[in-house]
Amino acid sequence: MALLEVTDLVKRFKVAGGTIEASSGVSFTLERGETLALVGESGCGKSTTGRAVLQVPGPDSGSIRLRGEELAGRPPRETKRQRRALQMIFQDARSSLNPRRRVRDLVAEGLIIGGMNRVDAATRVDAMLRSVGLEPDRVGERRASEFSGGQCQRIAIARAMVMQPEILVCDEPVASLDVSVQAQVINLLEDMKQQHGLAMLFISHDLSVVRTISDRVAVMYLGRIVEIGGVEEVYSRPRHPYTRALLDSVPVADPHQPSTGPALAGDLPSPMNPPSGCRFRTRCPMAQEICATAVPELRVMPEGQRSACHFAEQVAA
Amino acid sequence: MTVLQRERARVSNIRPRSHTLHRLRSIGGRALHLVAVLVLVTLAGTALTDLMPGSPASIILGPTASDEAIAALNAEYGYDQPLLLRYLQWLGNAITGDLGVSIQSNQPVVEVLLQRLPVTLELTVLALLLSLAIAIPAAVYAASRENSMFDRIVSGLASGFMSVPVFVIGVLLVYVLGVATRWFPVAGWAPLSSGLAENLHFVFVPVLALALGEFPAFYRLLRSDVISTLREDFVQTATVRGMPRGYILRRHVLRPSSFSLITVAAVAFGRLLAGSVVVESLFALPGLGSLALQSIPAKDIPMIQGIVVLVAVTYVLINAVVDATYALLDPRMRRI
Amino acid sequence: MTVTLEDPATRPARTSRPPRFTLTRRVGFMLAVAWIALLTLLALVADLLPIPAIDEPVGGPSIPPFSGEGPLLGTDAIGRDIASRLIHGVRISLAVGVGATAIAVVVGVLLGLLAAYTRGAVERIINVLTDTVLSFPPLLLLLALATVVTPGVPTLVIALGFLFVPPFVRLTRAAALSQLGRDYITAARSLGAGHARILFRELLPNSIQPIISYSVVVVALIIVIEGSLSFLGVGVPAPAPSWGSMIASGKDNLTRAPYLVIAPSLMIFLTVFAFNTIGDHLRRRIATGGES
Repeated sequence: MALLEVTDLVKRFKVAGGTIEASSGVSFTLERGETLALVGESGCGKSTTGRAVLQVPGPDSGSIRLRGEELAGRPPRETKRQRRALQMIFQDARSSLNPRRRVRDLVAEGLIIGGMNRVDAATRVDAMLRSVGLEPDRVGERRASEFSGGQCQRIAIARAMVMQPEILVCDEPVASLDVSVQAQVINLLEDMKQQHGLAMLFISHDLSVVRTISDRVAVMYLGRIVEIGGVEEVYSRPRHPYTRALLDSVPVADPHQPSTGPALAGDLPSPMNPPSGCRFRTRCPMAQEICATAVPELRVMPEGQRSACHFAEQVAA
Repeated sequence: MTVLQRERARVSNIRPRSHTLHRLRSIGGRALHLVAVLVLVTLAGTALTDLMPGSPASIILGPTASDEAIAALNAEYGYDQPLLLRYLQWLGNAITGDLGVSIQSNQPVVEVLLQRLPVTLELTVLALLLSLAIAIPAAVYAASRENSMFDRIVSGLASGFMSVPVFVIGVLLVYVLGVATRWFPVAGWAPLSSGLAENLHFVFVPVLALALGEFPAFYRLLRSDVISTLREDFVQTATVRGMPRGYILRRHVLRPSSFSLITVAAVAFGRLLAGSVVVESLFALPGLGSLALQSIPAKDIPMIQGIVVLVAVTYVLINAVVDATYALLDPRMRRI
Repeated sequence: MTVTLEDPATRPARTSRPPRFTLTRRVGFMLAVAWIALLTLLALVADLLPIPAIDEPVGGPSIPPFSGEGPLLGTDAIGRDIASRLIHGVRISLAVGVGATAIAVVVGVLLGLLAAYTRGAVERIINVLTDTVLSFPPLLLLLALATVVTPGVPTLVIALGFLFVPPFVRLTRAAALSQLGRDYITAARSLGAGHARILFRELLPNSIQPIISYSVVVVALIIVIEGSLSFLGVGVPAPAPSWGSMIASGKDNLTRAPYLVIAPSLMIFLTVFAFNTIGDHLRRRIATGGES
C-alpha cells in the first residue's frame, strides 16, 4: 500500500464569467521517502492539486488515501490527527508567516494547537531551528518580518518539520528566491528528506530544480497529468509532446546544440473552456482528428513511464 | 489565491455571453441591495416609536392624560398595531404621497416637508458649491507648490477648521459679520420670491459657516491626491516635454482625482444635511432642520418620522447614483 | 585649464523636505498627547479638586476672567464658576467620546472580521445592515431619539456607539479581506487551527492598524456631535456643563461677555484638534510602514 494514494482528484473554482476546473481527475501515488514532482506551466493546476491534498481547500470529488485511510470528503475535525502527517511550505515564504509573531511562537504553533505543553514545545522548536541552520537564541524572539526570503523559508520548513510529518508538500518553494539561496534551501530539503525519511510532493515550474531533487515527476497540463514516471526516464526520453516542448525550453549552456522538435504553437487555451479530447491538441504539432474526439489515457511506455497521448510512441527522442 | 489569479490572467477567449450575464447579475445584486437598504431604512423610521417607554400617545399627551384619551389617540394614529402592520400601512400611504399628519399644526406632513425642503436644499447645495469653490483652487495651488508658505498656511487653516464644530464657526461668524460689523443679518430668511439679492443676503453667513466646516475635508483629500498624481511618471513626462503646468493640472491631474471627489461630496452632502440643523437653529432659517428641532418638545412623532425617512432615503439614493456613475465612468470598468 | 565634470555619484543628495516641517509635526503630536493626558487627569480627579460645584453661584454674574474681581476664569450669567464648569465639561465630552468609540470599535471590528471571514450570506446581511445605519446622519437620528427618550450620557454613548459601528465594520472588513488571501492563513489552517484561533490570533492583529488611527478621529467626531446636540438643547440636560450648552447660553451675550463663548469654544477646539492631530500622526506612521 502506498503512503499516499490520490485518485481522480477534481477541484473547481467559480470566477467572474464561469467555472474553472483547475484539477480534472488527477491521480498519483507517493511512496515513503520518495519525492514526486508536479511540473507544468503557470495555471496548469499543480498548486491546486497540492493544496487539495492538504484540504486547504479540499477537492470537490475524488479520493485521497493516507496509509489507506480516506481523507477527502470528511470534516476537518475527524481527520485532524491524520492531517498532521501532511505539511506544506509555500512559494512566498514571507507571506506564509504571520508578520507580527515571533519566530519561536510561529514554529511552535502547530504543536501548541495539537495540545503539547509550552516547555516540551520550546525544546523541540529550538532543536528544529538548529536543524534548519538558524540559531534559536538569535532568531527566536525576533519577528518574522525582520528576515530575508531565504531565512523565512527556513523558518517555514522548521514549522512544518517540527510536526514530524510523513509528507511535505512544497508549493514552488524556491521560485521567489535568488539562485544562490535556492541551492541552500534545496539542500536543506534534501537533508530533511534523508534525516527523517520524508516523502515530498514537490510542485514547481522549474525543470532543472526538479531534476536535482525528485525521484519521480508528473507533468501537468490544463488540469490533467499528461506524463508521469521516473525523473531520469521522463527527462531523457519524454513520451508526450508537451513534455518534449517543456524540456526543449530549458536553456542549455551550449548555443550550438540544435533544438529537437518543433516549438509550441499558439496560446494556452482558456481554462474555463478547455479543448475537447486531448487538451493539448490546440498547440500540439502532432495533433490529428482522434485527438479532438477521444481523451487519451495514461499508457505504460517502453522506458517505464506512463504517457497520455495517442501518438506517444512517435514522440521524437 | 495565486493559482486563480494566474488562471484569470491567462484567459484568452472568454465567451462574451457569460460576461454579459455576469454584469447583469452584479447589477441585479446591487439593485437588490439598494431595495433591501431602503426597506430597512423606512422600517427603522416606523420602528422609532417602539424605542420609547410607554406608547406614543402617552408621550404626546403627557403624564396627565387619561387612559382612555391615550388609547383613543393610539388607535387613531394606528400606534396600537404591531410593527409590521404599521409599516405596511405606512408604506401604502407613503406611495400615494401621504406621510401622516403633523401633531403640532395638523397639516399633512408632506405639505410641511415640501414647504421647508427648498430652504435646506438651497443651504446645502450652496454650501457644497462654495466649499468646493474654495477647496479646489486652493488644493491644486498648494499641491503644485508643496511646502511653500501658501501651502503651509492654508493646510494649517484647514486642519484648524476641521477641528472647529459648525456651531462654533456659526457663532463666531455671527459676531464678526453680524454683530460687530452689521454687514449681514443675524437671523431670518428671505425666500427667492422676494428677490435674489435679498435671498443671498440672508443666506450668505449660514452658507459660509457650513462651507468653512466642509472645505477642509475636500481640501486635504484633493491636495494629497494631486500631490501623488504630480509625482507619477506620466506627469513628469509631460512636464519634460514642455507642456505648460496649468494644462497638465487641468487635463491630466484633475480627472483621476474627480472620482474620489465625487464620493466624498456624497458623504459631505449627508454631513451638510446634519450640519444644517445647527445652522438653521442658529440663524432662524425655516428649513427641515429647525422643523425637526421644534418637533421635539412638541413630541410631533409623525413629523420626525417623516423628516428622518426623507433624509435617509435621499442619502441612500444619492449614494446609489454616485456608485452607479462611478461604475460607468471608470474606464477600467468598461469592457468591449 | 582643466574642465572637471561633476561626478553625479558624489553630489550630495537633496533633502526631500525641509526638516523644520517635520519638527513642527513632532512637537504638535507631543503637545496633543500632553493635552489629552491633562484632560484625562482632570476628568478623573475633578471631584477631588478644590473647585466650586458646577451649579452653585460663587459670585456676581458675568465677571470677566483674569480681572481680579472673582474666580480665575470668571463667572457665567448666573454667577457660576466658569473654570469649574469647564473642567466638569471635560468629563462629559471624554465620557461620551471615548465610551461611544469603544462600543463602536468592539462591535464594528467583530462584525467586520465576521463579514470578511464567512463571506456568502452572512457578509451580505452585514453589508446591508451597515449601509442602512450609514444612511442616517447621526445628528438627525439623535434628534429623533431625543423626541422619544430623555437624553443623558448613557443614552448618548449607546446611540452614538451604535451609529459609528458601520465605518469600523467597513475598515476591518477591507483590512481582513486583504489579509485573507495571504498564505499564513492557509498555513495556520493546515497546522490545524480552528476558526476562532485564525480570527483572533492571525487575522485580527494584522487588520487592526488602520482601526487604531481612525478610532482617535472618531472620538473627535463624537465630541463635536455631542457638543452640537447640547448646543441645540437636546444633549446632556442642564445643569450639566457640556461645552456645547455653555456656548448656547453664552451666545446671546457675545458683545458684553464674549469670554462666555470663547472659553468653552477654545476647550472644544483644543480637544478636537488634539485628537485629530494624534489620529493624523498615527495614520501617517502606518502609511510609511512603521511598526508599532
